[in-house]
Amino acid sequence: MASEAQGAETGGLEFHPMDQFNIESLFGGPIAWYTPTNAALWMGLAILAVIGLMVLTTTKRSVVPSRGQSVAELAYGFVYKMVEDVSGKDGVVYFPYIMTLFMFIVCANFLGLIPMSFTTTSHFAVTVVLAMAVFLTVTALGFVKNGTKFLGLFWVSSAPLALRPILAIIEVISYFVRPVSHSIRLAGNVMAGHAVIKVFAGFAAIAVVSPIAIAGIVAMYALEILVSFIQAYVFTILTCVYLKDALHPSH
Amino acid sequence: MEGELAHIGAGLAAIGSGAAAIGVGNVAGNFLAGALRNPSAAASQTATLFIGIAFAEALGIFSFLVALLLMFAV
Repeated sequence: MASEAQGAETGGLEFHPMDQFNIESLFGGPIAWYTPTNAALWMGLAILAVIGLMVLTTTKRSVVPSRGQSVAELAYGFVYKMVEDVSGKDGVVYFPYIMTLFMFIVCANFLGLIPMSFTTTSHFAVTVVLAMAVFLTVTALGFVKNGTKFLGLFWVSSAPLALRPILAIIEVISYFVRPVSHSIRLAGNVMAGHAVIKVFAGFAAIAVVSPIAIAGIVAMYALEILVSFIQAYVFTILTCVYLKDALHPSH
Repeated sequence: MEGELAHIGAGLAAIGSGAAAIGVGNVAGNFLAGALRNPSAAASQTATLFIGIAFAEALGIFSFLVALLLMFAV
């Protein structure tokens, strides 16, 4: 990767687009599991943002909501309706978990859009943990709620009998691919968008194309704001779909 | 030499993102065609739209993953 980074004298890339995802220690020194890093800092800030939005604005509740309170109410109603619509009435019990996931991902994505900040959700390590937590919870829940009937999810009883074993194999594979696609979708979208912005920023150093490059950065930034929200939404709604499958495994 | 071949392979894997774009466009275009015929039913189906887009996109993401593996892991 060093060869790309040395194009500075030709006015090309002076930095590598992936440098923004490096994990660095905040106070220098080697990184161990207890070292405070920029990843830990921005994850903490995301949690503080969630607390600031959802707790602090609703401590002084009023009938006519303040600006903060109405945003908090909007977010609550949005996620609640999504859980109710997709998972059904008996999925509402698991609303707190899904709300937590949504608020954390949306805050981490938006904090990552601040220039010079660090995007925690662009790391597979973060999103794989989130997706594996969902996968393990939902699988355990399916077996606890339905017992062995949960395996009916893989046995498509509406298909012809001869086809069912083949469908069962496909269903099992698609079930175990879920955490992979679930996590990589979020990290891949966020990381790719940020890397594209950095590539445009590299071209901004060349005087001839810099107006186009800067316009490109602005356009990509607007798109990234949209993508940040939509990816958080997609992650949450897929969690709801998996939850529905666990609660009602029959096809 | 092997590293250069891996870069070519990563570029070839990026074709998959174009295929995913076709899939996502199909989903969104058909949704729009249906929504314009019956606008009153459209609002209740936006969740289905996003789930469909997410599933179509997942396979493009896999090609992106292959490209990443070829660039950084192989």
